[in-house]
Amino acid sequence: MGKILMKGNEAIGEAAIRAGCLNYFAYPITPQSEVAEYLSRRMPEVGGVFLQGESEIAVGNMLFGAAGCGARVFTTSSSPGISLMSEAISYISSAQCPVVFVNIVRGGPGLGGILPSQADYFQATKGGGHGDYRLLVMAPASVQEAVEMVMTAFPLAEKYRNPVMILGDGLIGQMMEPVEFPEHLRTEPSNKDDWATNGMDTRKSNKPNLVKSLFLSAELLEEHNVILKAKYDRMKQEEVRYEPYNIDTDYQALIVSFGTMSRVCRTVIDDLKAEGFETAMIRPQTLFPFPEEPIKQAALKESCKIVLSIELNMGQMVEDVERSVQGTRPVHWYGKAGGDVPTPEEVIDVIKSFF
Amino acid sequence: MAKTFKKPEALSDQSTHYCPGCTHGIIHRLVAEVIDELGIRGRTVGIAPVGCAVLAYNYFTFDFQEAAHGRAPAMATGIKRVRPDLIVFTYQGDGDLASIGMGEIIHAANRGEKFTTIFVNNTVYGMTGGQMAPTTLQGQRTTTSPAGRNVEEVGMPVKIAELLSALETPAYITRQAVLKPKYIVRAKKALKKAFQYQIDGRCFSLVEFISTCPTNWGLTPVEAIKWAEDNMLPYFKLGEYKTPDDVEED
Amino acid sequence: MAYKHTINKDLCKGCGLCVAVCPKNVLEISDQVNSMGYFPAYQARPEDCVFCTTCCIMCPDVAISITKVVEEEEQE
Repeated sequence: MGKILMKGNEAIGEAAIRAGCLNYFAYPITPQSEVAEYLSRRMPEVGGVFLQGESEIAVGNMLFGAAGCGARVFTTSSSPGISLMSEAISYISSAQCPVVFVNIVRGGPGLGGILPSQADYFQATKGGGHGDYRLLVMAPASVQEAVEMVMTAFPLAEKYRNPVMILGDGLIGQMMEPVEFPEHLRTEPSNKDDWATNGMDTRKSNKPNLVKSLFLSAELLEEHNVILKAKYDRMKQEEVRYEPYNIDTDYQALIVSFGTMSRVCRTVIDDLKAEGFETAMIRPQTLFPFPEEPIKQAALKESCKIVLSIELNMGQMVEDVERSVQGTRPVHWYGKAGGDVPTPEEVIDVIKSFF
Repeated sequence: MAKTFKKPEALSDQSTHYCPGCTHGIIHRLVAEVIDELGIRGRTVGIAPVGCAVLAYNYFTFDFQEAAHGRAPAMATGIKRVRPDLIVFTYQGDGDLASIGMGEIIHAANRGEKFTTIFVNNTVYGMTGGQMAPTTLQGQRTTTSPAGRNVEEVGMPVKIAELLSALETPAYITRQAVLKPKYIVRAKKALKKAFQYQIDGRCFSLVEFISTCPTNWGLTPVEAIKWAEDNMLPYFKLGEYKTPDDVEED
Repeated sequence: MAYKHTINKDLCKGCGLCVAVCPKNVLEISDQVNSMGYFPAYQARPEDCVFCTTCCIMCPDVAISITKVVEEEEQE
């Protein structure tokens, strides 16, 4: 099946089906309501479940119940909706259920705007809900990458029995690009008989399963948190993904940027290269686990004078970049939070201002 | 006429944490008896609330999930949609269902989700120490209505059975009580009917149980039964408020 | 056919509901504390018990059971 031109939101919906996920619960919110519209037609065609809940709070808990009884499930929403789902996300993480959340980020805080943003970086990577939990967070920079990240999210969620979040933005959701759905990324849901509440008859067992997150004893809750942390540490070992750009040159500035913003930065790097001024980029594809080591190493290059975290917010990932660079180079932030995407020229001016 | 009586299979051997005379224990037994009699233990999934019954999963011998406060109907919806063959029930108190979870229960009922809700109405938040609930009676003192519920300030107690019965979608809604053996026997029939509607895939079902909370009412278990009969039953009238057959009759 | 009424004194929390509903006034609260620190109910007048299960229905802790007992002679 060759490439077809598809809107990001619809491609994300189709990607879930192609990955083998036939259960979608959601609530309308700009800029990603098209996913629900698309799946309200598609899911019945493939014998899947489509349900529009009464609120994102309800949707988050529908996902929890469905995942808890062993089904593969996912949802898409946007910033304020993800805030409402954050309680459920904390419960799902503790109860260790695999659920895929797609956040097509819009400007915030509050009702904010409906234009593209990356201002949910902290919410996604530092925990929008309560307690010590982390999400595996992937940030696509194109519709094709969004498709592939959504498809790989399901086996990852099952591997770690943990929610996985795709952090897109309004552009990824709204623009149309040619896509294909790699057949090899379709996976069978893993067997969940040892923990899911799928009915004792289903697994021919007389031992009930229990999906819960309450631990009234301090020792048991401590033990539980240690188990969860071990998963997050394992993610740091095995799941870091990033894409270097123009890294094999004597670049004077290192850019760290993800998603839509990183595409503008590629143009910046190409334009500056044409002027004989080398710059490079590390593009995190996973925001958690964050590519600390590659950024640390890239900043240490002799020629590199400064590191710039360029993001569509008021400075969030910059803190992780600073943590990675560990003071070996000055780290700066540049970005916009209203919904405008900086032009290459604007970014070039900012870079040049440091030289 | 002499009869035998024993603990139902669906109930575990664990002694409950409920206070002496708390009628949660009776309702747990009724649920277990009905599940045994309908032979559905192997495909039943219970959903515990946040409240005194949060530990309900320790007292049953089948699959259980534990919901965030008020969200059990949404979890039940999730399960029924992906596994309609499973028998699902939520077990919720009045704080859980009628306060924080009001949105969830109304929309689940209105969508006609095919699960069963066991709604335990004892007019207070038990686990957290006896605060006012949406079902606290007018003038009833609680730890957050020390001078008695002032309906001018916080409105009248919520009648869940009547409220949900006003929805057009077919459902089985009944209010029962577990205050005396005669009520308990009737309540068990209603509960069995509710589960049967679910087994038949017919409609959403909710059984409200008028219950006691001796500890937080500051009464002995026997006094609490009397208080509930004298004060709750006149306001929360028992009866079958809605059955799926009604719709055809109109 | 004989029946046996048993109160599991270590499950009973001494709430007194069974005592209140017994139609034959058979039950009372014991003054012997059980392992949980409660004073359980017991059959003060077992001979009056008619095995109607009213107490069992009322008990919140499933502490009361009634079983059929096959008499010794019937076994031979």
